[in-house]
Amino acid sequence: MLSPETTVRPADEDELRHLVAEAAASGVPLEPRGGGSKQDIGKPDRSAAIVDLSAFAGVIDYEPSELVLTVRPATRLGDVEALLDGHQQMLAFEPWDHGPLFGRQAGTATIGGIVAAAVAGPRRVSAGGVRDHLLGFSAISGRGETFKAGGKVVKNVTGYDLPKVISGSWGQLAIMTELTLKVVPKPRDTRTIAVTGLDPDKAVAAMARAMGSRMAPSAAAHLPETGGTGPVTLLRLEGFPQSVDVRAGQLVELLDDGNSVEQLDHALAGSLWAGVREARELAGSDVLWRVHLAPSRAPAFARALDAEGASWCLDWAGAQVWVGAAAPLDVRALASEHEGHAMLLRAPPAILEQRPIRQPEAPAVAALSARVKQAFDPAGILSPSRFG
Amino acid sequence: MSLAMPPVCSATVANRKEIAAGLRSIVPDGVIEIADELKPYESDGLTAYRQPPLVVVLPETTEQVSRVLAWCHREGIKVVPRGAGTSLSGGALPLADGVLLGLARMNRVLDIDYVDRVAVVRPGVTNLAVTGAVEGEGFYYAPDPSSQIACTIGGNVAENSGGVHCLKYGLTTNNVLGVEMVLADGEIIRLGGRDLEAAGLDLLGLVVGSEGLLGVVTEVTVRILPTPETARAILLGFPTTRAAGDCVAQIIGEGIIPAGMEMMDKPATHAAEAFVKAGYPLDVEALLIVEVDGPPVECDILLETIAGIAAAHGATTSRISQNEEERLRFWAGRKAAFPAVGRLAPDYYCMDGTIPRKRLSEVLERMAELSRQYGLGVANVFHAGDGNLHPLILYDANQPGQLEKAEAFGADILRMCVEVGGVLTGEHGVGVEKRDLMPTMFNEVDLAHQQRIKCAFDPELKLNPGKVFPQLHRCAELGRMHVHKGQVPFPDLPRF
Repeated sequence: MLSPETTVRPADEDELRHLVAEAAASGVPLEPRGGGSKQDIGKPDRSAAIVDLSAFAGVIDYEPSELVLTVRPATRLGDVEALLDGHQQMLAFEPWDHGPLFGRQAGTATIGGIVAAAVAGPRRVSAGGVRDHLLGFSAISGRGETFKAGGKVVKNVTGYDLPKVISGSWGQLAIMTELTLKVVPKPRDTRTIAVTGLDPDKAVAAMARAMGSRMAPSAAAHLPETGGTGPVTLLRLEGFPQSVDVRAGQLVELLDDGNSVEQLDHALAGSLWAGVREARELAGSDVLWRVHLAPSRAPAFARALDAEGASWCLDWAGAQVWVGAAAPLDVRALASEHEGHAMLLRAPPAILEQRPIRQPEAPAVAALSARVKQAFDPAGILSPSRFG
Repeated sequence: MSLAMPPVCSATVANRKEIAAGLRSIVPDGVIEIADELKPYESDGLTAYRQPPLVVVLPETTEQVSRVLAWCHREGIKVVPRGAGTSLSGGALPLADGVLLGLARMNRVLDIDYVDRVAVVRPGVTNLAVTGAVEGEGFYYAPDPSSQIACTIGGNVAENSGGVHCLKYGLTTNNVLGVEMVLADGEIIRLGGRDLEAAGLDLLGLVVGSEGLLGVVTEVTVRILPTPETARAILLGFPTTRAAGDCVAQIIGEGIIPAGMEMMDKPATHAAEAFVKAGYPLDVEALLIVEVDGPPVECDILLETIAGIAAAHGATTSRISQNEEERLRFWAGRKAAFPAVGRLAPDYYCMDGTIPRKRLSEVLERMAELSRQYGLGVANVFHAGDGNLHPLILYDANQPGQLEKAEAFGADILRMCVEVGGVLTGEHGVGVEKRDLMPTMFNEVDLAHQQRIKCAFDPELKLNPGKVFPQLHRCAELGRMHVHKGQVPFPDLPRF
């Protein structure tokens, strides 16, 4: 029998389907889990049984020249990346492993978890996110039924685009059993330009100028403090080596407004980008928030955070702000003032219990979302209280 | 027309005058009810199907759209939204007992922001007008459906339109950041905005490509991109389609994602050359146009690499555009391919399946066989980069039985696309055209999961009924769970 706080490990799709059907009948909530790297995100639900999906691992089909990869959800992110790397390809949205941010061992993140949580890194700003690369999937909905949606080709508009709503649904609509992703060629070269000394207003303006230029950076980030050296704004160029060379020269010229502009060496650039991607500068903060807003609102938001003594860094040319704050600061209220939305990513248990994890939506949108959730999971058994 | 549409409510039809009056109280200068004036609205780009609407209403504001929908909802009247009416799948085909809600008058560009790199527009703004509004600052809107001079952004959102550049720059869904929309009951909501990720479920992603079944979009925020510094093209000819297909696979294998990569088969090439004299070789089985964009140095290197790959695959023609005029000439034939093929027969029927590219030769061979069986000619243009195939079936609607034959041939082609691992539609949408083929790709459970989305947005099923789903089940029926307390199906299977 299903019971709270136990872990069940279905061996195949039939077992998983019957497990979900049983949960729907008995009302015991299920929390789907791949590698567990993000299990600390959200409110702990002591009434839920954990569904260990580790049996659903492995590559089903990979056609490099079709730019399509079909995998089972519990396939490790590292294994997917190694496979693609062998063909000089990658996942464009730059997924990453949340484990270390929560003091967990690196390497357990799975592709299903990445898709369910819509995990994306700095290249999100130019290449799109998980939603833009999930082409199709098979899943078991909260109704205990296997269904499929989307397709296994890169261009498809047949039927509703359910892959979009499954991306970032945190396992609350259905448990994926197979997913098809669009993959892209890996850039043959990469170069990072750094501008030092910019305040938030100038940094966002510089990033906007760069992103709106023909130099087409793949990523743009701003760190207000890096090891006591003052603020640094990072622009990353990717592509064929000769093209990167030319664009790097042009970008330095574009940003050289009396600023200090330099090209960084690969090792330093790599570690800075990893730091931005994984919010490493803020990893020691009491409470960690992730805020999404219009880039044009980022400078004022950053100044407001400064006034409250919170630390922050900007990614996605300002559209994503990582915020590290002391527990009492209501970063969500500040984000709302700047028309952004904040997710409480990591906090001590007492704080997690107090606040909604995700930004509450406008009432009509929240009601619509609830109806969509109910369409997939009428018994409300798939991680119902995670973001409560 | 042989198409089965939802049963017509005769009481609604009898009430035309009262309905027009009700709508006129909301949109005083924007209601059409006279038969002659309804005629221009009787079909969209899929002209084989025609049906004058009950009445047309042309609101100018979101508030009017909301009041119109609320009024129709209260009166239980069906509503069909329409942009410019260029849908190739019958997405805007009217209903005899339905109000046609035209958004063409909502055609203002509201805001352009170069820091957020977005344009905020009303749904009736044409696709090309978005680029027109930002090109002075060196920006453009990337999705470029072939009807871009006429089609509207609202229609693009409904259909998730593509274009020749979508392998590199994505479909509409990848370039829309937010919408304001009105639900079937008149409620106005906003989904997305100028940021990149949803705060909760990505409902915006569901709305784009929902073919007017989930709501009426009244404002769209799209991403704008800097115009590439240069664009150049190479024209390649191959003795076999297999060689052309292999060339495409290797270009991508070398890490190149061209801005556009278009293939035409021999009939399409000949028709286009006869029509516009683009300078295409006539002795090849497959013609390929590959366009690259970016800094000049990048274009040079990529074109050289592509030329090398093409030579290795036995290309008999290989010409790199030397100037903008020549690049445009390479494209002129491809862009005129549909009307050019249209000169070969009184009518043509354009299909839109997607296949895994590696199956191209096999699909073309089987299509040639079907062409012989049906006795109808076919020409093929192909978005080669992403596997989106547009067979153009030639027929004569004045010959009894030919339209039905062409439709049967088209259906066979789409079934074949699904059979080889592809899909029914790459960019034109399901509409009424492929509605009845949906079960070849999705089983009943798959379709039920999609239709429950419809029920979440429009439980009365009044928005654009008769499109996309072969059969619209009542929502109460779909909502039932086939699991009852204590009664799990398959009781003999192991439990946890």
